[in-house]
Amino acid sequence: MSSTRSRSVALASAAVVSLAALSACGTSSDGAGSAPGGKVTLSVNGQPPTTQAFERRLFDRHVEQFEKAHPDIDIVPHEGFMDPKTFNAKLAGGQLEDVFYVYFTDTRGLIGRNQAADITDHLKGMPHRGDVQDALMKVFQDAKGRQYGLPTANYSMGLLYNRTLFKKAGLDPDKPPRTWAEVRAAAKRIAVLGDSTVGYADYSKNNQGGWHFTAELYSRGGRIATERDGKWKAAFNSAAGKATLRDLHAMRWQDGSMGSKQLLQAEDVQRMMGSGKLGMYVSAADNITVIAKQFGGAYRDYGLAPVPDARSTLIGGEGYMFNPKASPEKIRAGIKWLQWKYLNPDLVEQNIRDNIDSKLPVGLPMPPTPDIWKGAVRERVEQAKRKYANVPVANYQPFMDAAPRVPGVVEPPEAQQVYAVLDTVMQAVLTRKDADIDTLLTAAEKKVDQIYSAL
Amino acid sequence: MATAPLLEKPVSPPVTAERERRAARLRRSVREHLTAYGFLCAAVVLFALFSWWPIIRNVLLSFQHVNFATGSTWAGTANFEKLFDDPLLATAWRNTALFTAYALVLGFFVPFLTAVLLNEFRHARAYFRVLVYLPVMLPPVVVALLWKWFYDPGPGLFNEVLRTLHLPASDWLDSSSTSLLSLVIVSTWANMGTATLIYLAALQTIPGELYEAAELDGANLWQRLRHVTIPQTRFVLLVLLLLQIVATMQVFTEPYVMTGGGPEDSTVTVMFLIYRYAFVYNDFGTASALSLLLLLVLAAFSALYLRVTRGAKED
Repeated sequence: MSSTRSRSVALASAAVVSLAALSACGTSSDGAGSAPGGKVTLSVNGQPPTTQAFERRLFDRHVEQFEKAHPDIDIVPHEGFMDPKTFNAKLAGGQLEDVFYVYFTDTRGLIGRNQAADITDHLKGMPHRGDVQDALMKVFQDAKGRQYGLPTANYSMGLLYNRTLFKKAGLDPDKPPRTWAEVRAAAKRIAVLGDSTVGYADYSKNNQGGWHFTAELYSRGGRIATERDGKWKAAFNSAAGKATLRDLHAMRWQDGSMGSKQLLQAEDVQRMMGSGKLGMYVSAADNITVIAKQFGGAYRDYGLAPVPDARSTLIGGEGYMFNPKASPEKIRAGIKWLQWKYLNPDLVEQNIRDNIDSKLPVGLPMPPTPDIWKGAVRERVEQAKRKYANVPVANYQPFMDAAPRVPGVVEPPEAQQVYAVLDTVMQAVLTRKDADIDTLLTAAEKKVDQIYSAL
Repeated sequence: MATAPLLEKPVSPPVTAERERRAARLRRSVREHLTAYGFLCAAVVLFALFSWWPIIRNVLLSFQHVNFATGSTWAGTANFEKLFDDPLLATAWRNTALFTAYALVLGFFVPFLTAVLLNEFRHARAYFRVLVYLPVMLPPVVVALLWKWFYDPGPGLFNEVLRTLHLPASDWLDSSSTSLLSLVIVSTWANMGTATLIYLAALQTIPGELYEAAELDGANLWQRLRHVTIPQTRFVLLVLLLLQIVATMQVFTEPYVMTGGGPEDSTVTVMFLIYRYAFVYNDFGTASALSLLLLLVLAAFSALYLRVTRGAKED
């Protein structure tokens, strides 16, 4: 066996141990951070790479415009978003930006480990603070309601389906399935089209299986975990949990509508959708752009409906937090930057026009028109989106219409560890005909309770 | 350098002279070797910074609650306790041991037999050598993606072939009973080129007279292999065996890219678990603790390897 190959792999584990070595180098983010002339120097990430020419140009232009409007702030943009593999290395080496990008999944852990600054006292007077959906602001709060960051975009799960295959299978693409029973029936009809066509696909690898199980459980009104007296306990070994797995097992083994290849993750399923071989899967709106841009799909071929049963839906998203060592001046400057760039309804219309000029999609519930607002601002953004849309908004209207009515539920605590356990359950159901759902859920429940008892 | 013991009576002149002579010799030796030490210094600093220090830090991190923002705190043996409470630990070690065992059976004999066959060739030997080595030149991720298509239980290459031959298809990676072995096959295919070439080089050092003598004595192919080839390449075989154990115990790429540790944890290896603790769970203390356990196991094999090579040199 090639030791070179192994050595390269060993380097990955060496990275684990060498992170510590980095703590000896680098510069820390604290200190006044003042540029010449009394300016506050603010390092931020989230700058798109040069390969995304339009996004990069737009971002850099925004930096210029912001600096013009705020001559006392000097923005130092860095490429990149949240990479769990480098986050701790940057933190250890004092290289983490003052304002850094995060996924909703990470906020609880970062707050718990004191790896983000408390910005509550600096938020007073922030424009449009009250127009952002409360549930999203809560994602960046601790138990006492202290704020540690700001949301900038979100997703909520729906049912993404291929309208072309629906027509081929004799289904009405304007009446997508509303319940899991309807999903199962539609998947069956799509699968019989043959030519390796799959009716319904699901993830089951790299924690994405657990993530999708969560989304499907929420759609039936179930929960992964519940809190009592500050203690979390697994709650998925329930009627909703069993129904979720029973349906998947039936689609896979009885109906044969899920294809034979399993252990799939996002890009596998997106590729299937892009090549016109897949009927449906649970997904957020952002997948439509990925399928169209990377996997050769066409916007007109896809539709988005609310999650089947729609008792509640998994929500997630992204936002920005602040370096725990950032000075109050930097935090204040960072809040100004985030509000101006991401939480600025006045910039939405301009962003839409820029996107249209560059032939990028407008009309999906995602940037440049993220669905993060409430009340009058949400309506204003929706109107602008409909006015300028260059993708078939009607295809996604069932999802948008249902969105305010379907309660959004965030991911459970210790999400990644829990998903790893639930991956196993998903894999068993999708790869073993004789999978015993009750036994699987009981074993998983025990493991998840063990994870929560260690908190 | 040893210091002279403190003596109550005056030191005798011969001893003083001897000491001065020794000091002078040392000074001369240092002067003569200064350049060499200068060159060594760079290597020592680099090793210290990028190899020894991270290992030392890893040991320290194993006993800490690691927090790169607020500073780490001592945890005693908490990380190890957490590790031993994790039911996946036993699974990971079992899978790693199984992977290593399978990889040795396949990856040890297949390259050796391939090398023996290549050595028997009279024509196109160079062509076949390149052919055998070709997979080593492919990036691991490309190999994994290629084999994912081979293994696809639906329209995958292998099952298409099996169906054409009216044989039962297999689930390959999608079944917990065949997933690990499927990964071993990939790993062997991707890595056997190097071992084959080393065996081939060893085979070509065997004097031809030995084979001639064996043939004159009426030895067939199997007897020549047993009485000439294996004894003559014994040392290379042993060294490669140990190196292979050390390498295969660190398997990561295949489960990471091809199965994500599944199905049902059947391909979760120790390295994969380390990765998961560090970069998925953000728990560097426990990841370091597990790294330390793996280091100790690998160190045992490495010590054995050093002993074998030293023994061979003395022979």
